Amino acid sequence: MEMLIFAVAAIVALASAVMVIAVKNPVGGVLFLIMSIAAQTVLYIMLSGIFVAAFMILVYAGAIMVLFLFVIMMLNLRHADLGPDSLRRVKPLAWVFGSVLLAELVWVSMAASMPASGIDETFGSVPAVSRLLYGKFVYPFELTSVLLLAAIIGAVVMARKGS
Amino acid sequence: MELAPIFAWIYDLLISLGLSVALADLVSQIGLAVFVFSLLCVLALFLVWWERKISAHIQQRFGPMMTGWHGVFQTVMDALKLLQKEDITPTVADRGVFFWAPVIVFTCAFAAYIVIPFGKGLIVSDLNIGILYIIAITTFTIIGLMMAGWGSNNKYALLGGMRSAAQVVSYEVPLVLSIMGVVMVTGSMSMNDIVAAQSGWAGFRWNIIFQPLGFVIYIIAATAEANRTPFDLPEAEQELVAGFNIEYSGMKFAMFFLAEFVNMFTVSAIATTVFLGGWNGPLLPSWMWFLGKTLAMVFVLMWFRWTFPRLRVDQLMEFAWKVLLPLAFVNIIYVGVLALWLK
Repeated sequence: MEMLIFAVAAIVALASAVMVIAVKNPVGGVLFLIMSIAAQTVLYIMLSGIFVAAFMILVYAGAIMVLFLFVIMMLNLRHADLGPDSLRRVKPLAWVFGSVLLAELVWVSMAASMPASGIDETFGSVPAVSRLLYGKFVYPFELTSVLLLAAIIGAVVMARKGS
Repeated sequence: MELAPIFAWIYDLLISLGLSVALADLVSQIGLAVFVFSLLCVLALFLVWWERKISAHIQQRFGPMMTGWHGVFQTVMDALKLLQKEDITPTVADRGVFFWAPVIVFTCAFAAYIVIPFGKGLIVSDLNIGILYIIAITTFTIIGLMMAGWGSNNKYALLGGMRSAAQVVSYEVPLVLSIMGVVMVTGSMSMNDIVAAQSGWAGFRWNIIFQPLGFVIYIIAATAEANRTPFDLPEAEQELVAGFNIEYSGMKFAMFFLAEFVNMFTVSAIATTVFLGGWNGPLLPSWMWFLGKTLAMVFVLMWFRWTFPRLRVDQLMEFAWKVLLPLAFVNIIYVGVLALWLK
């Protein structure tokens, strides 16, 4: 049963990830990305990271992807507006680098050892995650908020310049 | 009479009939899902009728009177009528997106009920991230609304979808922050723990007593999340005809409509669970307390609709970011001080 759920979720995640770059329509691309995120959420739940899973849905699918959709719908791009395929020349290079990356991924995951057990009941629960965030990883965590603040200020400055 | 023992008795009956534990679990889970689903469908039908009666009486009319006692079967008839209607897909619509939009909205509306405690022991699954799960799954609805707006290929639908996206994303922030106050005091996100923390003291441990500001912020933000007046810009009839669902007919429209009323019940159920003590109450069985409090909250939401005029778009955004959000921060600081002091 578990294997079946994993297989379905993994296939959906991968197939929709491919569809993101395969579909012509930008809105379709975003919708497939959301589908991929939803399928990845299932994988997180299976890894008992239910808190992370909830945040995948809440933040990625519910907020960031909605903004993506919002902007793309507002631009209302048609296929003709995008112009001729400007990336045609680099396509062979993309194949080369893509295959190298794939080979590397396969090689790394073959070599890596993945301990099956070793997690206790509280793994992935809210107290456990927050203890890590505010204990062991408090400096990276706080630095991230500084980075986000800088990004917000940058966005405001750039928006001001236009008017 | 409490309902939890009845469910336990049915489960024991399944076991004694010779079913294995795994099979009995599966059967009882499917049974629970069907039970909750049909309960919500009946509730939604009732709420539609209720809304029409309340709006009528607020405007000194009678509302539906013809079918059954005071028109009580009016929405059943409406549902039957919708079932017979032709299912139209516009030729210019994006067929896949158009088809899946109501499915997503409908599924997300019902999925929230996995963690809502209907009464003592009446919870489908007490996830340890309960309240966060509800917030996440109801946020997902917005993608369905945007898909409906875009897939219809209609400018009114698109405007409605975009408006609801902007609105829900903005009001999500104060909504989550207002609930965070309760989570801080309770020390848990599990719905059962939140209810348990409010029992006793003859109702004086309800979170609304200690966090009235949080409750007010929640109820305003929740009204906006449920796309209800005075925040019903996504479906402002005078401007957008019907908003995101304009091109939908028959059962697909019914799914949007049903999801809307289920969502209204959801936000009221969350208000009950998080701020109004959940199913805690004297004498009556716990599920009656839950239903009573939740229906009272639904009534308040309906009352809003026929009392306040619709906001303008700029007012809507300003109110979320310049009024509600700072107030939510004030509430969090207050709750933090309170929690430290109580310790």
